[in-house]
Amino acid sequence: MASAYSKELLLSMYRHMYLIRRFEERAAQAYTQGKINGFCHLYIGQEAVAVGTTEALRPDDYQLGAYRDHGYPLTRGADPRMVMAELFGKATGYCKGKGGSMHIFDVEHSVLGGYGIVGGQIPLAAGLGFASRYRSDGRVTVCYFGEAAANQGAFHETLNMAAKWSLPVIFLCENNRYGMGTAFARVSPMPEVYKRAAAYGIRGEPVDGMDVLKTYEAVKDCAAHCRAGKGPVLLEANTYRYRGHSMSDPATYRSKTEVEQERKGDPIPKLRQWCVEQQKFPESEFEAIDVEIRATIDAAVKFAEESPEPSLDELHEDIFVEPGDPDVKPRERVLGMKVDWPRHPGPKDYRVTWDLEPREQAEVAGEKPGLKKPARA
Amino acid sequence: MPELMWREALNQALSEEMERDVNVFLMGEEVARYNGAYKVSLGLLDKFGSARVVDAPISELGFAGLGVGAAMVGLRPVIEMMTWNFAILAMDQIVNNAAKLRHMSGGQLRCPIVFRGPNGAGGRLSSQHSQSLEANYAHFPGLKILAPSTPADAKGLMKAAIRDDNPIIFLEAELLYPVKGEVPAGEFLLPIGKADLKREGKDATIVTWSRMYYFAEQAAQMLEQEGIQVDLLDLRTLKPLDEEAILTSVRKTNRVVVVEEGWNFCGLGAQIADLLQSRAFDELDAPVERVTGLDVNRSYAAVLEKATEVSAERIVAAVKKVLYREEGS
Repeated sequence: MASAYSKELLLSMYRHMYLIRRFEERAAQAYTQGKINGFCHLYIGQEAVAVGTTEALRPDDYQLGAYRDHGYPLTRGADPRMVMAELFGKATGYCKGKGGSMHIFDVEHSVLGGYGIVGGQIPLAAGLGFASRYRSDGRVTVCYFGEAAANQGAFHETLNMAAKWSLPVIFLCENNRYGMGTAFARVSPMPEVYKRAAAYGIRGEPVDGMDVLKTYEAVKDCAAHCRAGKGPVLLEANTYRYRGHSMSDPATYRSKTEVEQERKGDPIPKLRQWCVEQQKFPESEFEAIDVEIRATIDAAVKFAEESPEPSLDELHEDIFVEPGDPDVKPRERVLGMKVDWPRHPGPKDYRVTWDLEPREQAEVAGEKPGLKKPARA
Repeated sequence: MPELMWREALNQALSEEMERDVNVFLMGEEVARYNGAYKVSLGLLDKFGSARVVDAPISELGFAGLGVGAAMVGLRPVIEMMTWNFAILAMDQIVNNAAKLRHMSGGQLRCPIVFRGPNGAGGRLSSQHSQSLEANYAHFPGLKILAPSTPADAKGLMKAAIRDDNPIIFLEAELLYPVKGEVPAGEFLLPIGKADLKREGKDATIVTWSRMYYFAEQAAQMLEQEGIQVDLLDLRTLKPLDEEAILTSVRKTNRVVVVEEGWNFCGLGAQIADLLQSRAFDELDAPVERVTGLDVNRSYAAVLEKATEVSAERIVAAVKKVLYREEGS
């Protein structure tokens, strides 16, 4: 059977999902050994969301998310060694060990951070989308957030603005069903998050976030919608985290049966099986990927373990930018690589052609607020 | 030199900077079609269009965060808060995101953004509309706090703030907007972090900022009648604090009064008093005096409101106290 997907794409999806899975398993192990501390939120079970999304985007599209943030950078080409080193709090981490597990930034790959306040990243995404419209750069922003963040005021305030100004943002709700230990439906009268799109007059839809191909298709379509200037989308990926909220959560609020049931839909073996059975890819190709990824993760842990602690000189660095200070490019700083760093247009580099609120539109909108007179019976 | 009102000086600064750099935009409630709740943005919509002067919905948290996001990728937002009281709703974005982005990203990102608007009392507005909130923001690493007093300082510092690569809290005052002063035309920038000695005298030092400068100046004139000469140090920038300017003055006068509109408890004056006891203990001939707003919620009733406020008379009394020249002593 001929596939709509190239072999290269399918193998890349498998590779990245497996990379995240193995990375997170080793992170969990390092956590129990006391090598990683603080809060550490694992992405195990949700891999298809980040991988399907990244494969559907342009490399320069912005991504940002919450604190369950190890997965997104790994899909985009972040060096696993430096992500692991960040988790270990080492100088060779992406953020010099200053951010840790919850704050992975890889600006080189347009990964603009993980944020620790629930919903706090959502308004930032509107700012990225605003910048894209302002400069007509054609970028799309993907803002990941958990379903529980949809109950924050920031969610409402942001979707309202993004909708009104047609900002090119995919608000990607990763619905893993629990806000920490509280099942979403216990605190939400309308637990299908995508339905809230109706309140803003924007496109909203659910997708099976345990299926990487379905996620890929959905995000691809949403990105085209955004790039066509049709405004933001609220996409709800239904997914499941196999582990607790963080490493310190034994997840006693849900049954073993529930977790076992959900594990049956694991996206990684599912894709592999489909490729082998339907696409006739040889098993050996997957076995080779597995071996390669395991070596990559071994190297990441070794790198993190052997890396130095940050210097105390770093304490006062990166609080304020002094005139002439360059931005820190992690792979250049740590690995001595020449990197392609995003450049922003200067003061005279472009003109703003966007008319955010045409005068006529403002005047018409000003005339029709409030209740309409009921039609006579 | 042309004489301008505060609001006109700010308008000029904004207009010039938006002209100079296409990345600068203004967003806030009523900034565009209404021309600004206090008319600071008068005429800017017509001049720069609706994407650069943006009427935001009443969503302080939302549009503050939108500004931070835009700043992360190289725009230079100026976010107007109709008053700083409303910005309390935006604290999460200012404190948890703007102030920490450079740090959390290990130096990968910068956040060139100005949050601006009126701070302090407007007069007969009761508790929720009359707060001086500088001490709250000054507490957090990663924010610069500006609080100028004169129209010229407002213009020079606003232009510097917009060009700075860090998040800036720019504190204005409703009661200052109509205040006039000479303002240099065109390219005029002042350095952030430099206090201005607005009046020189040998007997005592008054340290103050923002609208309280005018009360201090009035007090200084009253004291002069009695032969007392004061150094009047207008901080202009609260963070980074110009410690050297304060220490230089105290070495001359050996007596200090700190005047602030906000509450006494944990006010910025306490920080300045601490600076003096730790770095100029031997220079002090009297304990540092603080003149502040009363530590109570502000009332609407005129007589109650007045009793909570700083006045020139209270400043005069404080200066006399540090000079051990109290009435009746």
